[in-house]
Amino acid sequence: MTNITLKIKRQDKPGSSSYWQTFKVPHRPFANIISCLMEIQKSPTTGSGETVSPVIWDSNCLEEVCGSCTMLINGKVRQACTALVDNLESPITLEPMSKFPVVRDLQVDRERMFKNLKKVKAWIDIDGSHDIGEGPIMQDQDRAKRYVMSECMTCGCCLEACPQFTIDNSFLGASTFNQVRLFNLHPTGEMKKEERLDAVMGEGGITDCGNAQVCVEVCPKNIPLTESIADIGRQTTWQAIKNLFTK
Amino acid sequence: MMNRKKKIIVIGGGLAGLALAMKFCERNGEVTVVSYQSLKRSHSVCAQGGINAAIDAKNEGDTPEKHFYDTIKGGDFLAHQPLVRDMCYQAPAIIHLMDRMGVAFNRTGEGHLDFRRFGGTLYNRTAFAGATTGQQLVYALDEQVRRHVHDGSAKTLEWHEYLGAVLDSEGICRGAVIHDLRTDEIYTLQADAVVLATGGPGQVYARSTNSVVNTGAAATTAYLQGAKYANGEFIQIHPTAIPGQDKLRLMSESARGEGGRIWVPRVANDSRDPKKIPESERYYFLEEKYPLFKNLVPRDVASREIYDIVYNKNLGVSGDPMVYLDLTHKSRKFLDNRLGGIMDIYTKFTGVDPRETPMKIFPAVHYSMGGLWTDYGPDSDGLIDHGSPRNQMTSIQGLFAAGEADYQYHGANRLGANSLLSCIYTGLMMARGIMNYTDSLEKSVEDIPSTVFDDTRSHWQSKFDGIKKMNGSENPHKLHHELGDIMLANVLIVRDNKSLEKAWHSIGDIEARFKDVKCLDTHDWANPSPSFINQLYCMIHLSKIITKGALMRDEFRGSHYKPDFDMNQPRDFDPHEYIDYLEQKQYGEVNMAKFPAGHLDYMKQFEKNNEKWLKTTVAQYKDNQPEITYEEVNTSLVTPRPRKYD
Repeated sequence: MTNITLKIKRQDKPGSSSYWQTFKVPHRPFANIISCLMEIQKSPTTGSGETVSPVIWDSNCLEEVCGSCTMLINGKVRQACTALVDNLESPITLEPMSKFPVVRDLQVDRERMFKNLKKVKAWIDIDGSHDIGEGPIMQDQDRAKRYVMSECMTCGCCLEACPQFTIDNSFLGASTFNQVRLFNLHPTGEMKKEERLDAVMGEGGITDCGNAQVCVEVCPKNIPLTESIADIGRQTTWQAIKNLFTK
Repeated sequence: MMNRKKKIIVIGGGLAGLALAMKFCERNGEVTVVSYQSLKRSHSVCAQGGINAAIDAKNEGDTPEKHFYDTIKGGDFLAHQPLVRDMCYQAPAIIHLMDRMGVAFNRTGEGHLDFRRFGGTLYNRTAFAGATTGQQLVYALDEQVRRHVHDGSAKTLEWHEYLGAVLDSEGICRGAVIHDLRTDEIYTLQADAVVLATGGPGQVYARSTNSVVNTGAAATTAYLQGAKYANGEFIQIHPTAIPGQDKLRLMSESARGEGGRIWVPRVANDSRDPKKIPESERYYFLEEKYPLFKNLVPRDVASREIYDIVYNKNLGVSGDPMVYLDLTHKSRKFLDNRLGGIMDIYTKFTGVDPRETPMKIFPAVHYSMGGLWTDYGPDSDGLIDHGSPRNQMTSIQGLFAAGEADYQYHGANRLGANSLLSCIYTGLMMARGIMNYTDSLEKSVEDIPSTVFDDTRSHWQSKFDGIKKMNGSENPHKLHHELGDIMLANVLIVRDNKSLEKAWHSIGDIEARFKDVKCLDTHDWANPSPSFINQLYCMIHLSKIITKGALMRDEFRGSHYKPDFDMNQPRDFDPHEYIDYLEQKQYGEVNMAKFPAGHLDYMKQFEKNNEKWLKTTVAQYKDNQPEITYEEVNTSLVTPRPRKYD
């Protein structure tokens, strides 16, 4: 059996310096990056024969619906579960995302993304969970449009690729703008449309988007992020005009 | 009694935990949601095909009562009937609620909710959002909980692990021991009640359709602390998953609900391109054997048939343990709209487009019908008193369980699209009962001496200090996979006592070797190794519950198939004969001549078997082993009878 060589960028804790280690794992058909990392757990020995602590990474569903296992694989941001070894050039390099603080090894802290969901009130303001009958009637094609956007799993690929989004600025980024569009498109969500638009009109908001359009290229769920950005751009322009007269 | 808000700790951020957190906040309670990872990433997102509710959108005459019957029959009559009935009656309101929260459910031409077929029923009863319904439902509940976090009534502790319950001198649960997975700190939290909504135990088998976090450790810890664990041996094997090394990825039952067909070439080792094999040379074995339910027989039935085709008839595709799941007769547009999520998964992991080429699939461990024993308060109408403090309480007072971590909704086999329902139902239903429970407490948590909390904390601290010092020769991850291999080889679709005994002894060997485990990582920051070793310890105990329950249950019921105890239902048997027989017996005059040859013997045998085995298995931790006893099942609403799907 041949071996796969993995070069992995490691870091012991936030703020400490990073270092590289090389591992060799047996090649198996249809192996993905996660199964390679699992092999390292079973035998945490580097290529030079040194026994080390196993590499730390985030993962859960292993079928690209949970959003956990985002990392840089051969320099490209993506989910590690769908990264099949046979489709990757060897040696394979693994690095943590660079736009979020490293927790340890390949694990990063994406709390900022979840905080942004609060900022833009990415939810429907229902009256309560008691039984008050059916939801609003909706055309299936409108539903389908929302469905594509609602598949966003907060993985962070779009933000890692975005030149405007840095580790220490306040830019909200494509995934957040997409959520604003998702909820503004819902008949009930629309009632709080202005609050969401106001939240993306300040510093770090929609006007900071540099239009690089790389977000949409790296989205594992093929969400039309640039369409969402353009749409929120239009919605905020109208909102700004409206604010001129009403506020 | 209390002048403050009632406070609970919810362990787990999946559908059950989030539904409860939302409801409890609405009732002006205070909730802390503890999650092993970021919310939004729980295993509930993996559910694909949909969620059941008898809304009868297609005018087929479907009713909650029929949903109830299908669920009870699907579970081979092992579920407690008032609970299942209540769940089915609540289902339509639950779907409408999720719809109001913005779940992108597929719609009809008029803009109403659309429904599709699923296994074990003949009605279009399953609401769906493409083929990622679980993900969409989790997001909707997560958004509502985030709204409560924003408003200050809910708190979240992400990247924290539940280690155990804090029990006072009377054995009442007063809080939880929490482990910060980043700082490694272990501490206790006080609460009026603790709820385990921690999902299923698929990782006991190492390779399953389950996510990485599904170790069952929280539920097992409750068992080790004295809680009853029920029906552990009932593990659902899903008929259709993609074989893989790190995971067996689910291909939703909705693929068959939307017209997918299961087949193999009629001749063994036929290596032709499947699309070149003419209809007459294909063996649609489910359609031939079950002309009424066809490809939508319940999961236990479908998995057994696929196993039989592959291992007894040697008809697996190209001689491998796989059969075709074929959707190529459907248009791309149809498939993308209704099944896009799973079409993508299959393409990404196999490199083959299932819109063009039939998928190759095989059964995989999927769901646990068993779980922590929980109580309920029935009302006088054959439903549930939603205010009863007994609802969802484990045998430890003040410790509750919900979702896949509990046991009572699916009997011996779960119907597809009922799991999302049971998770949301339990979470919503139990909130009022917990409120009432906290009212009934004689002592409040503030009256409990602080030593109770300190002692529990130091117990867990020294346990983890001990784990970190383990420096033996066994790699815990390798040992985990060996445990999984034992379970996969011996405690799966077809079970026999010889293999189960072998598994029991092999697990004993694993348990002995566990003492020689090495803690691979001794860092004090973001170090998952000690946690994993603790989880492995729990998985060893859980595998014993499953295996011993299976060994002792000498019958064939639902997912628990022991061919040695198969009563071999006559092919021409009609389940209504059994109802006739019971009625005749009641009046003391069984007319032998009325039943076809062999049927009466079969029915007598069936009746005798039920007297012995129509019981809940209860495992309790005694002398390091599960002690098994049996409890009555509430069958007060529908008479248990033989199942039939052809």
